[in-house]
Amino acid sequence: MEQLTMGKAINLGLQKALADDPKVLLMGEDIGTLGGVFRVTEGLKAEFGENRVLDTPLAESAIVGTAIGLAMRGYRPVCEIQFDGFIYPGFDQITSQLAKLTYRHEGAQAFPVVVRVPYGGHIGAVEHHQESPEAYFAHTPGLRVVSPATPQDGYWMIQQAIASNDPVMFFEPKSRYWQKGEVDREGAPAEFQASRVVRTGTDVTLVGHGAMVSALLQAADIAAEEGTSAEVVDLRSLSPIDYGPILASVQKTGRIVVAQEAPGSVSVGSEIAATVAERAFYSLEAPVLRVSGFDTPFPPAKLEGVYLPDADRILEAVDRALAY
Amino acid sequence: MSSDVALQLLTPDGTLVRNDRTSEYLPLIEALDEKRLGDFFRQMAVIRRFDVEAGNLQRQGQLALWIPSIGQEAAQVGSGYAALSQDHIFPAYREHVVGRIRGLDPMRLIEMLRGLSHGGWVPSETGNFHLYTLVIGSQSLHATGYAMGIALDGMSGTGDPEKDAAVLVYFGDGATSQGDVSEAYTFAASYQTPQVFFLQNNHWAISVPVERQSRTPLYLRGEGFGIPSLQIDGNDVLASYAATSNALMAARSGQGPRLIEALTYRMGAHTTSDDPTKYRENEQVAYWAARDPIARYETYLRSLGVGDDFFADVATEAEDLAADVRARTLTLQDPPSSKLFAHVYSEPHPLMDAQAAWLAAYEESLEGSLDQNDGGGLDEQAVGA
Repeated sequence: MEQLTMGKAINLGLQKALADDPKVLLMGEDIGTLGGVFRVTEGLKAEFGENRVLDTPLAESAIVGTAIGLAMRGYRPVCEIQFDGFIYPGFDQITSQLAKLTYRHEGAQAFPVVVRVPYGGHIGAVEHHQESPEAYFAHTPGLRVVSPATPQDGYWMIQQAIASNDPVMFFEPKSRYWQKGEVDREGAPAEFQASRVVRTGTDVTLVGHGAMVSALLQAADIAAEEGTSAEVVDLRSLSPIDYGPILASVQKTGRIVVAQEAPGSVSVGSEIAATVAERAFYSLEAPVLRVSGFDTPFPPAKLEGVYLPDADRILEAVDRALAY
Repeated sequence: MSSDVALQLLTPDGTLVRNDRTSEYLPLIEALDEKRLGDFFRQMAVIRRFDVEAGNLQRQGQLALWIPSIGQEAAQVGSGYAALSQDHIFPAYREHVVGRIRGLDPMRLIEMLRGLSHGGWVPSETGNFHLYTLVIGSQSLHATGYAMGIALDGMSGTGDPEKDAAVLVYFGDGATSQGDVSEAYTFAASYQTPQVFFLQNNHWAISVPVERQSRTPLYLRGEGFGIPSLQIDGNDVLASYAATSNALMAARSGQGPRLIEALTYRMGAHTTSDDPTKYRENEQVAYWAARDPIARYETYLRSLGVGDDFFADVATEAEDLAADVRARTLTLQDPPSSKLFAHVYSEPHPLMDAQAAWLAAYEESLEGSLDQNDGGGLDEQAVGA
């Protein structure tokens, strides 16, 4: 197997999708000649031409809105939103149109549109460049929302997102773009929207998605040195959430900590906490605990280390859970 | 209100305008056969009667809302007939007659405004007449994307006018203030899409006059984006037909987008929830009543020798449609609760399955409780998938 960065793995996944299906189009700001500000689409315009990889005018609502029209025409557009904080000009087209059009058409028209969003912190960037807006979309019926945590998932999940006949919000943890991991491009991919146990343990369940998965694994390593066995679940999909592995883990450990970069109030973590409380009540030895970004705007970069949950903040919650 | 630059082929008193400017358009009118000239009138008159009936049904509690189009029939009928069968039409939500011209059963509109659907017709079965869009201006981007797709498919600018396709998108003066419309102009101009923007300036966005939307004539906005644009008398069905035909021919043949601003007037309320007496003057309504699109066209047809039989036949058709719509409305059934979940996604979704199963069990338990008083026993956890 090859070692690839997540950015390159997604690039190869996009290349495969473009090669396999002439109806797949990429569209977004700076994605063509430049290859995207993160270079995730590097080389694709040169390989497939400007009619497959479209450098668009600078207008997020139009990128999504015209992708909707292209989907009506039979295309499978993959939109790139340059940064998480720039998705809001396109929010109306995503939530009022893309998410609802299949329902409005009573199933007669599918909308296989993917919206790629580099998201999250850890890159020391200016305002609007480090946010985690995934809960807005996980709250919206009609959308599917996923976030890969590894190069392997980046390669396969982008292809599965493009193959889906439903709109998919594809949140790419941008701080992981440069992290290498093994990618098997030959074998069968994992189920698209299944969550996955990525480390087994017996004392506490740690759940997260995207860049947070590596922090959870780091916390589990440290906990192991202190004699605590942590099980880590990578959510992979935020809408729908696959609760099977989470509930099975909690039934084993009796304790669960949910971690995310996004603010905690009314978030993905909130939904998991509520559902675990409803469905695994008799297994719980401690309250479900959440670790998240604070309920503030994303701070200036020199404070992001304070804002973003890290292994220490996760372990503090683990200690509280174990104290019950 | 009036405009010196608007293209007019038929004066308000029903006289054909022959001058240097109209000479470019009159051959398109002269090419129309008697049947098609009659269709223009027939559609305008029949839809007006339908519109009145739908308004009555709303007042009688049969519809939650009605959206009248009275006064805008010429703009819509002329442009609607300019589209060829391979063209795609993206309406706003007031283009009832365009839908009818393309083959949409008006009952689909009745069902939508009764609260039975959000639209739900299949554009491929309704002459490529797409669904209504209620968020103002959103459809302009869908239309532009669709037109980009036509161009990518190589289905415009082929050199074969019978084969080339284009998109016709409707919106109003209020929509021109929405960012989406400006973004649609930008993308259309940038990608040189095969599409015609058909702007019905009916002078009112609910209670706000067009003067609040723009300090410049709206067709000039298109020019600013690099889109050749034309202002027409929107109450002149012949001008609407000829101008839209020309614009669509240019778009289909690969010359890029066009914009038409049709000056017209919403004679009635914005919707049945609106009260236009709160914000506009009777003098203005009277001005436009004197420029009624149907009356002027009837005068023109009579000048061509069309007789009473034709107009009586149209009146009968209009009454028949109104009676049929009323009868069918009174038989409409509410949708089953399973419709809630049926088409939220195109592919299976565990949350939809779980919630549909829960609701079915819940409804069954309510029926059971009436008979046996044993409601309950539902698996609450099923709701979480």
